[in-house]
Amino acid sequence: MTMTSPSKSRRLPVLRAWNRKERRELRRVRREEATQVELPEIEGPQVDIAPNDPALAYFQSNPEPVDIDTLKLDSPGITALREAGVKLVVPLVTQGELIGLLNLGPRLSEQEYSADDRKLLENLAGQAAPALRVAQLVKEQEAEVRRRERYEQELQVAQLIQQNFLPKELPDHAGWSLNAFYRPAREVGGDFYDFVDLPDGRLGVVVGDVTDKGVPAALVMASTRSVLRASAQRLIDPSKVLERVNDQLVPDMPPKMFVTCLYGVLEPDTGRFVFANAGHNLPCVQTEEGAFEPRAAGMPLGLIPGMSYEENEVVIGAGQAAMLYSDALPEAHGPGGEMFGFPSVLEVVGGTSRDDELIDPILDSLHRFTGPDWEQEDDITLVTLRRTAHVLNEPVSEIDLTDAGDDPGQVLAEFSVPSEAGNERAVMERVGEAVADYVLGSRLEMLKTAVAEATMNAIEHGNKLDASLLVEIRAWVDEGAVVVRVTDRGGGPEAPHAPEMPDIEAKLRGEQSPRGWGLFLIRNMVDDLNVITDDEHHIVELVVRTEEGEGR
Amino acid sequence: MSPFEANVRIRGGVAIVDLRGQLDGKADDALDGAYEAAIKGDPAAVLLNFEEVTYINSTGIALIVGVLARARKHELAMLVCGLSDHYQHIFEITRLADFMQFFPDEEAAVVGATPVV
Repeated sequence: MTMTSPSKSRRLPVLRAWNRKERRELRRVRREEATQVELPEIEGPQVDIAPNDPALAYFQSNPEPVDIDTLKLDSPGITALREAGVKLVVPLVTQGELIGLLNLGPRLSEQEYSADDRKLLENLAGQAAPALRVAQLVKEQEAEVRRRERYEQELQVAQLIQQNFLPKELPDHAGWSLNAFYRPAREVGGDFYDFVDLPDGRLGVVVGDVTDKGVPAALVMASTRSVLRASAQRLIDPSKVLERVNDQLVPDMPPKMFVTCLYGVLEPDTGRFVFANAGHNLPCVQTEEGAFEPRAAGMPLGLIPGMSYEENEVVIGAGQAAMLYSDALPEAHGPGGEMFGFPSVLEVVGGTSRDDELIDPILDSLHRFTGPDWEQEDDITLVTLRRTAHVLNEPVSEIDLTDAGDDPGQVLAEFSVPSEAGNERAVMERVGEAVADYVLGSRLEMLKTAVAEATMNAIEHGNKLDASLLVEIRAWVDEGAVVVRVTDRGGGPEAPHAPEMPDIEAKLRGEQSPRGWGLFLIRNMVDDLNVITDDEHHIVELVVRTEEGEGR
Repeated sequence: MSPFEANVRIRGGVAIVDLRGQLDGKADDALDGAYEAAIKGDPAAVLLNFEEVTYINSTGIALIVGVLARARKHELAMLVCGLSDHYQHIFEITRLADFMQFFPDEEAAVVGATPVV
């Protein structure tokens, strides 16, 4: 006697009763494996019954032993049962659902099944059916657990691939603050970003998004990144790079998948950012008047071969930034189902003040919009290119810094200007604004004059009016003093700005040049003046104590 | 284009040089020309009116020293009005103030103009 249960598809494998030989086998197995016994799976011929077979409806509504030979029902299932030698079928029904059939061949005594036999079998079926149902449920649950485990494993693999191919560290370019933020959704999407070092100090910047999720998306992302890196080195022009990447991706792209991607080349010295776009979000660029999106059109990668891509370019100004990002930002939903939207992105980027990092304000604004219960729908990727134009790199920081100490305290301003006459005015105003909360009234006016003079010296003497050299400005407040540091490239053994004590009477008599007031003014405008010179740099630090800063 | 202008007018025997904008290295020619124009009418004094001056740097100070030196050669009194407190302070610490007479405004300067000692 054997039992079977319908699978989801309602195809019913039919088992038959064990014969003597099989029962002997069972006893032998039990003897041999006295402690751990499993019933040997001995199956008879399989009989499949199609889900729409009328026999199934019949069995479900007649849950009692049925003589197959005398059953008058036009059913391929019944015919198949007869051919398999089944004489008696006992439907297993529990809670009104047919979950299996108990199929019996002819009695070994070659007699017909008696009324007692039938009664016994009916009782057996009544108890077996719920037990079998429980077993089925356990099996389904186990399958579900395994399915979940596989899914979790796949998620881990996808995350591993993705994280492995994201940059391990951010590039370090003098005068630039390059930042990235990547937060995968639970079901990892296909976002990626990358920085590629190019010849002549240029920097390739990539942000992309593979449609689809999980391992397939992660693999496409990895290959896109590799192809793009290789093409970027050879071709430079962003439009040509995307053309090449598209043509290489098309043949191997899995069906219904494609990649949106923005690729640009940054010239750190000039702030010029040339980019091409394959169906991705446009960059968001800060200007004095707010933010805008320079346009460039192009089809996503991997769809159609032979595509060409538009190029566009912007110049990122000192203290300003451009942000590249993926869909998840504008498409994030608020509690009422509305989307964050591109206007909000532009508004936040445009409203962030010069010299401030963009990522925190963007995320703050996003979280205010979505509320605390938000479940992130897709990967979020942000890449910001901010031109701080401060070039205080290693040679400067190695210098032992004077009274203000090595710890820069709270930085109030950090930027640089090209060495062009007249730029000292802009520096003066900018530093003036930055320190205005700490240095007040006439002392602020004096500090501004000192800053302008120190910057002018740096432009004219230190950097000799070479516009390609930058004068770096850093202002900070620390321990009761505001310090403004002005650094130029006029280092070396000789002090470039030799101090000179001006004598007005000698000047009026024509015995001394009327000029030479710069350093004198600086000294008299601030509380302390520190001058530091190394092989490369000349640094002037202006110190104003804030305790005395309450106007004068 | 220079962001600095210097225009001369005569009032009560005083040559008034109205300065406007940023007094820095680029102001050289304009200031020079204005001084030349100012002394042509043989004035009793030259009044530098700083009312509209937004910025003076060390080069601007040097230009004033130059003009002052020439005025002293011509034995012309050099008067100053309209300086902000901040720049007046700078004129003091550079001792320019020792060689020029300060007035709060043009009115007071014209009335108070006296020959150089």
